[in-house]
Amino acid sequence: MSDIVEKTLTALPGLFLQNQPGGGPAAAKASFSSRLGSLVRGITALTSKHEEEKLIQQELSSLKATVSAPTTTLKMMKECMVRLIYCEMLGYDASFGYIHAIKLAQQGNLLEKRVGYLAVSLFLHESHELLLLLVNTVVKDLQSTNLVEVCMALTVVSQIFPREMIPAVLPLIEDKLQHSKEIIRRKAVLALYKFHLIAPNQVQHIHIKFRKALCDRDVGVMAASLHIYLRMIKENSSGYKDLTGSFVTILKQVVGGKLPVDFNYHILLQVLQKYILLLYLTMILTISAIFIFLSLAILFECVHTVYSIYPKSELLEKAAKCIGKFVLSPKINLKYLGLKALTYVIQQDPTLALQHQMTIIECLDHPDPIIKRETLELLYRITNAQNVTVIVQKMLEYLHQSKEEYVIVNLVGKIADVLVLNTVDTYAPDNAWFIQTMNAVFSVGGDVMHPDIPNNFLRLLAEGFDDETEDQQLRLYAVQSYLTLLDMENVLYPQRFLQVMSWVLGEYSYLLDKETPAEVIAKLYRLLMNDSVSSETKTWLIAAVTKLTPQAHSSDTVERLIHEFTISLDTCMRQHAFELKHLHENVELMKSLLPVDRSCEDLAVDASLSFLDGFVAEGLSQGAAPYKPHHQRQEEKLSQEKVLNFEPYGLSFSSSGFTGRQSPAGISLGSDISGNSAETGLKETNSLKLEGIKKLWGKEGYLPKKESKTGDESGALPIPQESIMENVDQAITKKDQSQVLTQSKEEKEKQLLASSLFVGLGSESTVNLLGKADTVSHKFRRKSKVKEAKSGETTSTHNMTCSSFSSLSNVAYEDDYYLNTLHDRGDKELKTFSLNSELLDSESLTELPLVEKFSNCSLSTPSLFADNSMEIFHPPQSTAASVAKESSLASSFLEETTEYIHSNAMEICNNETISVSSYKIWKDDCLLMVWSVTNKSGLELKSANLEIFPAENFKVTEQPGCCLPVTEAESTRSFQYSVQIEKPFTEEILSGFISYHMMDTHSAQLEFSVNLSLLDFIRPLKISSEDFGKLWLSFANDVKQNVKMSESQAALPSALKTLQQKLRLHIIEIIGNEGLLACQLLPSIPCLLHCRVYADVLALWFRSSCSTLPDYLLYQCQKVMEGS
Amino acid sequence: IHFILLFSRQGKLRLQKWYITLPDKERKKITREIVQIILSRGHRTSSFVDWKELKLVYKRYASLYFCCAIENQDNELLTLEIVHRYVELLDKYFGNDFNCLFLLMRLLSVLDSWSTPAMNSEVPQLATVTPDFCLF
Repeated sequence: MSDIVEKTLTALPGLFLQNQPGGGPAAAKASFSSRLGSLVRGITALTSKHEEEKLIQQELSSLKATVSAPTTTLKMMKECMVRLIYCEMLGYDASFGYIHAIKLAQQGNLLEKRVGYLAVSLFLHESHELLLLLVNTVVKDLQSTNLVEVCMALTVVSQIFPREMIPAVLPLIEDKLQHSKEIIRRKAVLALYKFHLIAPNQVQHIHIKFRKALCDRDVGVMAASLHIYLRMIKENSSGYKDLTGSFVTILKQVVGGKLPVDFNYHILLQVLQKYILLLYLTMILTISAIFIFLSLAILFECVHTVYSIYPKSELLEKAAKCIGKFVLSPKINLKYLGLKALTYVIQQDPTLALQHQMTIIECLDHPDPIIKRETLELLYRITNAQNVTVIVQKMLEYLHQSKEEYVIVNLVGKIADVLVLNTVDTYAPDNAWFIQTMNAVFSVGGDVMHPDIPNNFLRLLAEGFDDETEDQQLRLYAVQSYLTLLDMENVLYPQRFLQVMSWVLGEYSYLLDKETPAEVIAKLYRLLMNDSVSSETKTWLIAAVTKLTPQAHSSDTVERLIHEFTISLDTCMRQHAFELKHLHENVELMKSLLPVDRSCEDLAVDASLSFLDGFVAEGLSQGAAPYKPHHQRQEEKLSQEKVLNFEPYGLSFSSSGFTGRQSPAGISLGSDISGNSAETGLKETNSLKLEGIKKLWGKEGYLPKKESKTGDESGALPIPQESIMENVDQAITKKDQSQVLTQSKEEKEKQLLASSLFVGLGSESTVNLLGKADTVSHKFRRKSKVKEAKSGETTSTHNMTCSSFSSLSNVAYEDDYYLNTLHDRGDKELKTFSLNSELLDSESLTELPLVEKFSNCSLSTPSLFADNSMEIFHPPQSTAASVAKESSLASSFLEETTEYIHSNAMEICNNETISVSSYKIWKDDCLLMVWSVTNKSGLELKSANLEIFPAENFKVTEQPGCCLPVTEAESTRSFQYSVQIEKPFTEEILSGFISYHMMDTHSAQLEFSVNLSLLDFIRPLKISSEDFGKLWLSFANDVKQNVKMSESQAALPSALKTLQQKLRLHIIEIIGNEGLLACQLLPSIPCLLHCRVYADVLALWFRSSCSTLPDYLLYQCQKVMEGS
Repeated sequence: IHFILLFSRQGKLRLQKWYITLPDKERKKITREIVQIILSRGHRTSSFVDWKELKLVYKRYASLYFCCAIENQDNELLTLEIVHRYVELLDKYFGNDFNCLFLLMRLLSVLDSWSTPAMNSEVPQLATVTPDFCLF
């Protein structure tokens, strides 16, 4: 069959050529083609860009005249189009010809059509509006009986068709899958592949046809369909396990020589990577192919595959041999590939690196930067405490040489990673080296580096290691080195570096004996007066000065500084200067506000701002308008903007003026406590909103938002002012740490990698889990240290209780999770728990019933710390006390699940020892995933850990209790994660692995994945009809569709009922044959649905503020309606 | 593959094909940058260059450089092979004179009928390419 097609196709040009000779047309042709020729020749003959421009402009204007002349024949038009393409390719605007290109594609004969299509695909891009005009042509051509026309149409469809136009051609293309010519089938499959890439929803229904394509008798079609499968399998690896057999058969045929050795090899391999397939890989590894590049490329993929599947020793041996071949090859390209392969491999088998030591070292001095970079990458992966100095030095050398920004960012990140992020105890051998390296990194990396790096560095300095004297030395050294650096004249440091310096100097200058703070201040002052320093850095500097002022005895510099900056134009600077001025007048207060070396203490915050209650009440009594939260104000504004409102005024979403507060109950509780305590002032300062403080240091400068929030009166309270001052230094660390938090997952992974590497280099038997357990204990040690520091301070414990109290007010739902997870947490927690309750007792709070709650609160605090979290996650409700007493895990579990709808437990993976099942709990504010691990064997499970791979579309937050110290035989433990959506998606895989450690044997890992659909994040939105009407008008994105209803649900109520049950939509009202429904995508994207019934057709009309949501819901509705 | 550039040893751009949509200005900037990077590389260096977050794979045939920009995790050798196939294809149809400027349009046409949304998805057997580039 394919032969015939080929013959036809190869014959075509001959036909064209035959047509052309003879008489007039030939002459015309000659003149036209020579026109292009002369144009090209003319351009090459020119010497300057300017002349070229002139010539082209001339050409374009003549072309413009020709194409728009009515007498122009299609043949001439074709010629013009060719020249237009040429001009456009040279970078000149030929937009006047676009429409003619489309016309040509529409009208011409085969040859002209071809040129037209070519021009269209070159001129237009996916979002070009003229594409709409092309749709008809394409549809016509798709229906054509001429093979070539269909081919051209398919090509153009797969090249530039946007997603909105897919429905127009989709059925036609589907038909083409059954076409008798394989070239058409192949092109159709590729077009569908493109559709799958840009709009997976729309081709969902033809998956079954892809399967047919996979089994097509033509190799090309089969190969094309592999691409679709590769894509789909990458998205959802568990869904296509049944196809493994087919893939294997294909691979077998390829290896057996029945099919041509082809590019598709590598795709197949990638497909197979997902599944375990040892046998055939062995065959491939030994295969010798003819094409040199090709076979090597395949070999490389094989090696990659071998290492990414379950390791098997003989395969590994072969792969290692292959890598050896690559690395030792004199050809530089292959060497590069070899290094790349080594980087993959190194994580599993560090000994291989030792084999190729010499080559690696040679490569390190290679003139080609890419080889060098790859080598560094390799080294970076094998960094450990012994070789860190050398590796970092090499990296720095390279860093100094390179000028490209991207390279610098990348490398700096790596160095810092090795030094700071990587481990709790860094690889750094000694303090001096550490500080100097960091200095080098900061001064080179400067402002392009990732902002986490300075933050992490400061955190490391602040929190220190286990050894207190060591820390002091480190800090001292840092201070000294920064002072010497600042002493140097005429050196410009990057802003980030200056910020780091100013913070360190502000915090730790007291460690210096000889240099009085006054001198440090003088230095900082000099920097402040420097014009090259950005205003953000200046705020850092002035904060440092503020911290140092109480230590200096008397300083003229400070006064001069105050004097100068109180008239500064920068409001932020002026604010700081005034704060400093007022504090400077009251030295005692200042000293108490800015204590020495307290940077890593926890700050408790009172999110409800309860201490301002009195002020608010006063304001209200004087007739001030109650505070309205931002969204409410916006709503009001929106409703005012609408011209005429004929509807009666409905209820707005949130009616009370106090909705900004978390809950009224919380306020009263919080105020109770502040009433109890003696030093009200100090207490209140401790409970400021954290977000507010963060803003203080933002780029925009200080915004006194809180005051304006509580009342419209302008007179700001003195207390919050000062409290902000007190928090100044701590706020910085806070900021750092909260940023670190978001990174912590990544960090954890890297820690894991690093530690496993280290262990692996030493002895190969114990790899992953040991390293992991290690980090965990490390972490804990560090945290507990912080805690100890805390317990020493009465005030800080005070904060703590305060925080748990104020958090009490922010009542959230997820209380009982703590309780059941707490059981798993074990003794460590208990220790801290008792510690806390002791302290609480010593606080001697009078109200007895409160104490009960207190201990309840403190139950949650340890988990807080263990997460290194500054926020208050899910504080316990007071009613939870009763639940706490229920000791059995199961019962508390039941209690919690009955509250919300949940899915049935589903086994997702198992092996001989454990089985993991999961279920979803659709909570009001998030999706809660619960994995329960059952220990099937009779052995005791030492520990088990669940890790979730990060996903781009949603955020997975660990609910505490993820680490179980000991799991008894035959018992079940559960892990809980709450999932928040970040970006709308349709289907996503949440995957991760569980690693466990048996009592006597090795550790093992078990991977799993769970499907999440957008449906999991859809919740009913309960609003009134009036609100519906208002919202309806405000949404821009709408989608309409008619759906046929089945017999059983012919009546509207029953149809809506189905929707309500299956899709969790909320039925607002049913009026006659119309129905109103609403739902929201978490966290709060509303979507409205209007339904109307005619006969057996249900007309659905969606509107939402999000563009993808209606599409998706429509699809789901269709499925539900068809399904039932 | 993000784009393919063909340029001469003098740095004159012969052909560009983009598989991503970018404004014209951006394209020109990128092209200039890449041509400079590649031309400045020595003889004994590898065919791969890091460029931003992409990787450039290039090869020189006669006085013409073929350069593809690929993702970092793509297979470089495979890309080289693609380039090679393309050159083979051109060679087969035009003989040795494809350095000639007139063939520019033809090169483009071949590339157009040859490439698909995901470039390395379809590298056809030589025979199955529609030989419609004899149009000009």
